[in-house]
Amino acid sequence: MTDTALPYTAAHDHSHAEHDADHKPGFFARWFMSTNHKDIGTLYLIFAIFAGIIGGAISGVMRAELMQPGIQYLPWWVAKLHGEGTFDEAMHFWNVLITAHGLIMVFFMVMPAMIGGFGNWFVPIMIGAPDMAFPRMNNISFWLTVAGFVLLMLSPFVGVGAGTGWTVYAPLSTYGEPGPSVDFAIFSLHLAGAASILGAINFITTIFNMRAPGMTLHKMPLFAWSVLVTAFLLLLALPVLAAAITMLITDRNFGTAFYDPQYGGDPVLYQHLFWFFGHPEVYIMILPGFGIVSHIIATFSRKPVFGYLGMAYAMVAIGLVGFVVWAHHMFTTGLPVTVKMYFTAATMVIAVPTGVKIFSWIATMWGGSISFKTPMVWAIGFIFMFTVGGVTGVVLANGGVDDYMQDTYYVVAHFHYVLSLGAVFSLFAGFYYWFPKMTGKMYSEVLGHVHFWVFFAGVNLLFFPMHFLGLQGMPRRIPDYTDQYAYWNHMATVGYMVMAAGMAVFFVNIIYSLLAGKKAEANPWGEGATTLEWTLSSPPPFHQFETLPKID
Amino acid sequence: MRISRNLRVGLMGAVLVCSMTGLGFAAVPLYRMFCEATGLNGTTQRGLRAPGATGQKITVAFDSNVSPKLPWKFVPERRADTIDIGGRDMAFFTATNTFSRPLTGTATFNVTPAQVGKYFTKIQCFCFTQQTLQPGETVRMPVIFFVDPKILNDPDARDVEEITLSYTFYPVDSPKTPS
Repeated sequence: MTDTALPYTAAHDHSHAEHDADHKPGFFARWFMSTNHKDIGTLYLIFAIFAGIIGGAISGVMRAELMQPGIQYLPWWVAKLHGEGTFDEAMHFWNVLITAHGLIMVFFMVMPAMIGGFGNWFVPIMIGAPDMAFPRMNNISFWLTVAGFVLLMLSPFVGVGAGTGWTVYAPLSTYGEPGPSVDFAIFSLHLAGAASILGAINFITTIFNMRAPGMTLHKMPLFAWSVLVTAFLLLLALPVLAAAITMLITDRNFGTAFYDPQYGGDPVLYQHLFWFFGHPEVYIMILPGFGIVSHIIATFSRKPVFGYLGMAYAMVAIGLVGFVVWAHHMFTTGLPVTVKMYFTAATMVIAVPTGVKIFSWIATMWGGSISFKTPMVWAIGFIFMFTVGGVTGVVLANGGVDDYMQDTYYVVAHFHYVLSLGAVFSLFAGFYYWFPKMTGKMYSEVLGHVHFWVFFAGVNLLFFPMHFLGLQGMPRRIPDYTDQYAYWNHMATVGYMVMAAGMAVFFVNIIYSLLAGKKAEANPWGEGATTLEWTLSSPPPFHQFETLPKID
Repeated sequence: MRISRNLRVGLMGAVLVCSMTGLGFAAVPLYRMFCEATGLNGTTQRGLRAPGATGQKITVAFDSNVSPKLPWKFVPERRADTIDIGGRDMAFFTATNTFSRPLTGTATFNVTPAQVGKYFTKIQCFCFTQQTLQPGETVRMPVIFFVDPKILNDPDARDVEEITLSYTFYPVDSPKTPS
């Protein structure tokens, strides 16, 4: 069965069940002690938007500084924050900005939105379950994430700020930057990691045990598949990060020397451990996006997704191979030639299942009756952006090329195309796709399209020139540059402003739609939308599927 | 029934998490063993007998470092030796304790370029044990080594003309080292 169209028959009349199903607790109990997967999903989404605003504002500060060669605004910011600041402090502040931007966007924007937000909202509904397997653990996951974010936000106020980069490389993070700021940032990662691990266990248990009768794994919607694979990646990768950064903490504070060569340790070991986590992490951020986009492309092409099983197992393959390619982040650490050859080849292998997905999306659209609603244009935008990022990824996979590209803006361009544009486009696609379901209100189609086109133009102007800058050798993580890089940096900052204008349209759209949006039907997308969430009212009752749906 | 099934899967997940955490920490000794076995990162090998000179020459340069926490002077007697590949060579380092109390140190070591690690074999080295120096004491410390002739057949090492053997002495009393 390669069809995700799942007609189901509820054993009971629906309106009958809704009387009890929609009883909600009071405000505090509902939102602060929540055990309801939809409410926790909503909390995650609000949190992710909030964190995204902060992380995005930080990148605005960085783009303003980079608009011209020389140092413009950093000393002013340092003076604002810490009183009279030296030039060195201004330079360090730059490191704090890049670190905060990276950590916030990875751990507190993309992951909470993808897994915590959409995962919580729609995995139980899509598989026909009344809720998550461990509802109270779900609550703990969310509040641990919040606590982690608070720790990270406190970090610049308990010292000079963590300026280690999101990778927290030793020896900079061991004896290079003493003081509590980096400790706060590391503990923030511990908390966010623990939250994600608990969430992953919850998803795995839910998906394995709580599928509705007849919902076999091979009939399960692709978004649920993507979250299942993601949950396993989290389970295998995050503990290694936890171990690696725990050793950082003991190296910093308790006199161990795991990463200190002066006492027989090895800083390269940290890089191995970090990237053993870090590479699966990038798939953790993008796989749920793959799932979201698959549903949207199928819905608005009015066709079942092409090659359902291939799509599901391509994600499994990406997840598996993702664990054996980590050292392509470390090509310049002095690896032997044969090791570089292996990691180059293994990395390129990932292009195969990724290509399966890209071509299957195109084949889904092929001959379909396509309607270009807002979620669909975002999904098509995702395919375009992700393909650009994937192609530069294949370039960077070459160990020899990477010797030159390492730590240049080419790398920055690459990972922003796959994440900032790939993952974020899929997030917006999912947001517009499910907004009517989550809120019961239709968004403004016009504003949605304006948001897309302005954002699309902005981010391409922002990130595409970074390829040129990187090829010319502009190093990343430096706030100053020579005049030869001035033109494209200027254009990139203009692109940031365009992108920010697009985001303003997004927020206007949310506010307008919540206040004055048309009431959404149970299924506003027509016959193409076949997964179980569209069989429920919009918004769904507080408790759904008190009588489990049966899947034929 | 439902509860226990969920708990079982949840606990299996928890076991997986614990074992991956354990593996993360176990990576420290495993990485060391892997480096010793493969010569990764310029980790040198240990041997008993040199296979005998081949007539091909290679230069070995000696580099010495001391951790700032160890008040020793530590220098090689000669900066470089040109030796026969396959032949046994002995080099001396001198260390002086400039502190007023006896101090114990040991040395980490590696060779660069990293790809010759698997061919650089030590027969005897002061770095295999800890060294204790009395206040003001100076000792000559030997290292006996050879370069494995297999290096001549390795295309990755073909252009290597000089090997740098580097030591870093660090104190062993206070900050403990892993494994």
